[in-house]
Amino acid sequence: MSDVQTFLDRLAERTEARRQAHGQEPTWIAARRQAGAARFEALGFPDRRVEAWKYTDVRAIARGDFALTDSAEFSPASAAALTLPIAAHRLTFVDGVFSAALSDLGELPTGVAVLPLSQALAENHEAVGGPLGRLTGVEFSPFSALNTAFMEEGAVVRLAPGSVVEKPILLQFLSRANAQPVMSHPRVLIEAGARSQATVIEHHIGESEAANFTNLVDEVMLDRGAILTHYKLQEASLKDLHVASIHVEQGRDSRYTSFNLNLGGSLVRNDLVVDLNGKGAEANFNGLFFAQGRQHVDNHTLANHNAPLTFSNENYKGILDDRARGVFNGKVVVKRDSQKIEAHQSNANLLLSDRAEIDTKPELEIYADDVKCSHGATTGQLDEEAVFTLRTRGIDEQTARGLLTLAFAGEVMERVELEAVAERVELAVAGKLPERFNLSGLVEAAMSLHDD
Amino acid sequence: MASQEMEQLVRREYKEGFVTDIESDTIPPGLDEGTIAFISQKKGEPEWMLEWRLKAYHQWLKMTPPSWAHLDYPAIDYQAISYFSAPKRPEDRPQSLDEVDPKLLETYEKLGIPLHERAALAGVAVDAVFDSVSVTTTFKEKLGEAGVIFCSISEAIRDYPELIKQYLGTVVPVADNYFAALNSAVFTDGSFVFVPEGVTCPMELSTYFRINAANTGQFERTLIICESRAQVSYLEGCTAPQRDENQLHAAVVELVALDDAYIKYSTVQNWYPGDEDGKGGIYNFVTKRGDCRGDRSRISWTQVETGSAITWKYPSCVLRGKDSIGEFYSVAVTNGRQQADTGTKMIHIGEGTRSYIVSKGISAGRSNQSYRGLVKIGPRAKGARNFTQCDSLLIGDQCGAHTFPYQEIGNSTATVEHEATTSKIGEDQLFYCQSRGISEEDAVSMIVNGFCKDVFQELPMEFAVEAEALLNVTLEGAVG
Repeated sequence: MSDVQTFLDRLAERTEARRQAHGQEPTWIAARRQAGAARFEALGFPDRRVEAWKYTDVRAIARGDFALTDSAEFSPASAAALTLPIAAHRLTFVDGVFSAALSDLGELPTGVAVLPLSQALAENHEAVGGPLGRLTGVEFSPFSALNTAFMEEGAVVRLAPGSVVEKPILLQFLSRANAQPVMSHPRVLIEAGARSQATVIEHHIGESEAANFTNLVDEVMLDRGAILTHYKLQEASLKDLHVASIHVEQGRDSRYTSFNLNLGGSLVRNDLVVDLNGKGAEANFNGLFFAQGRQHVDNHTLANHNAPLTFSNENYKGILDDRARGVFNGKVVVKRDSQKIEAHQSNANLLLSDRAEIDTKPELEIYADDVKCSHGATTGQLDEEAVFTLRTRGIDEQTARGLLTLAFAGEVMERVELEAVAERVELAVAGKLPERFNLSGLVEAAMSLHDD
Repeated sequence: MASQEMEQLVRREYKEGFVTDIESDTIPPGLDEGTIAFISQKKGEPEWMLEWRLKAYHQWLKMTPPSWAHLDYPAIDYQAISYFSAPKRPEDRPQSLDEVDPKLLETYEKLGIPLHERAALAGVAVDAVFDSVSVTTTFKEKLGEAGVIFCSISEAIRDYPELIKQYLGTVVPVADNYFAALNSAVFTDGSFVFVPEGVTCPMELSTYFRINAANTGQFERTLIICESRAQVSYLEGCTAPQRDENQLHAAVVELVALDDAYIKYSTVQNWYPGDEDGKGGIYNFVTKRGDCRGDRSRISWTQVETGSAITWKYPSCVLRGKDSIGEFYSVAVTNGRQQADTGTKMIHIGEGTRSYIVSKGISAGRSNQSYRGLVKIGPRAKGARNFTQCDSLLIGDQCGAHTFPYQEIGNSTATVEHEATTSKIGEDQLFYCQSRGISEEDAVSMIVNGFCKDVFQELPMEFAVEAEALLNVTLEGAVG
């Protein structure tokens, strides 16, 4: 039985079970599922001859046998330990299933709706049918097709024109250690109306023995002047498989800022695609990936400058230890007649081990002449002279290296405005370093340096 | 261009060239084992060479043309091409410069090419255009004294079979890529250079000297070998637009540098780019690779690419030897409807290897240009170092400039840096020049030449001067 067939069989079982439990779905959903399944069947899982997957082998996913679950049980105590300590409007999903018990939306400002996809569909499926699939069609990748075929749950965030959400909206995805690995295909829709403003945090985390497959699709629409900050903090277990496709569409004068922070997962692939469709739109991509052991983290970003006077800025940092492998592929496309563009891209990587590997490819595709575009990519190790300088100050070598590694990550982290997220990442990076990188020691060392 | 038109072009060429006069040394279009046997026999090659060619041919049959490049061209009908064309007989060529296209002559004038050379370049059938025989003779004597072998690849196969057997196809294997396999099967000419141990070649070698002796084929094969401590500088092509009747060019160049050897390979390519709509231009699919086999060896590629309708070319270095160095300096200019997908590959295998890449791309008109490069650092390449700088300049709003730099780094002691910028000539830069009484066209030319300076200074002196003039001619009419 082929890998693809395993997934198609699961889909057939699921469709049948759903029909018996809930009756027929609206025709548009059924039609899209069918299109997704057909597309997935036609494409199959990508092999490494496909340029976009040249460095990433997805056989760990293709050969898996993942169940689907309907249970959202999770110990409240351990959930609390995993939850970000931050005042937020929170929706929680366990293995892709909505958990009302672990969610706490609090009081949302008027004109703002945050609800699980299933509820949004039940209330008014037609209002979901319009935006859903508009940005991420089944054509994008086999994984987006798979998501379309399977999607049942996820989140819908709607911001009315002019609304401002003070507290962040937290979408929490918990992964359990199941007897049989499960898969989930969350679909997140964010519609930010004109001049609305919000921060959305997507937090992927779970039990340390979890070995599930998450196949996420986000569709984000920013109307005129909308401002959205989108954190994706991925600290799944080291056995989790994580594939995410994030599509953003930006109207005139809108601003989208992404923080794509990857710490966990055994196989991680993120696709971030932004269409800058209105004059004055600005997109900022900040990324950090820290991988160790045999982790594989792949980040693909694409900024399409479809309108004149649009701006994009990208800064991705990779830290790779042990036998980890990192992939970065950033692409900027400037369409014909999109003049007065500024697009800057930077990817810096730090290799901490001889067996770590990074494959990076910053691309530019430019069809207009009045542009300022640049990209840079560097890969190196810790600066031995900097290590030496710290050592002359009486800091032992290991602490010096730890400090410098943190400083390397710091360039992206200092733009993170949410303390809870920044601390989480810094602690994770420092905590994940071997025992010798004692964080309190580092802080002391930094303090004493400061005193000098 | 529709594939039909392309076909017609290819056919027309052969109609004029051969159909009226089928002599024993021309063969009709088409490619099969018979064609290869014919070429091999014509060249008086030994049996093993024919076998080698046939092996390549069988490989080629199993391969498909690459489709990954950022290029757009109709499928090529390989059966519509004639694979062995004798040089045009004197009576078929223009009899004097008066018969040559005046536009071509005008270009020669602008490039400042000496009068006596113009005729040779335009293919005028005058035997003693200039004193080529004596030039070639003194030149050969001098090389002979030094022990340098410089001859056509066909002669080399005949006279130095051991060297050919030892080196041919070891840098670019026959199955390396589609065009290399094709070239291996049907190559008809090219150069062979062998510099023995400890010898610094007394002069810069140039195909230019050889062109007068024999017509370079469309499937050129070049092999340069530098033994320990040997050095050579090789110039390929020339700045003048060359008349060429063959539309498809698929050359292979192999360089081998042993311990402490240094090979400098400079190219100026200015083949016919086609008319304003891009019709009829040359398709240039070239595989160039240098192998730094020895420790501390160094290979340097410098190229100025201004011609051809399509350029598909990635001069590469395999840095095998310890502390070996690879360099790549490139200026590519596209105008009209030209398309270029070019760059380099630096494969770091040995310890302490270094590579340096400077690529400058200028797109104008409706042309499209891509830099495609690979820097690969292997796990044993301790302390490897790479620096890459690739800049693009856009002139006009209908052109495109793209960069696809691949970096695969598998060693934590490696340091790899890549920088790229894309911009247009700043209005303030132009204004500054113009406010000082410099015309717009001169200002553009100054800025463009400044943009390319890093590469031009790598070119041998005479070439550099010509290259600057060439740039101006190519970009003529792109501004304003």
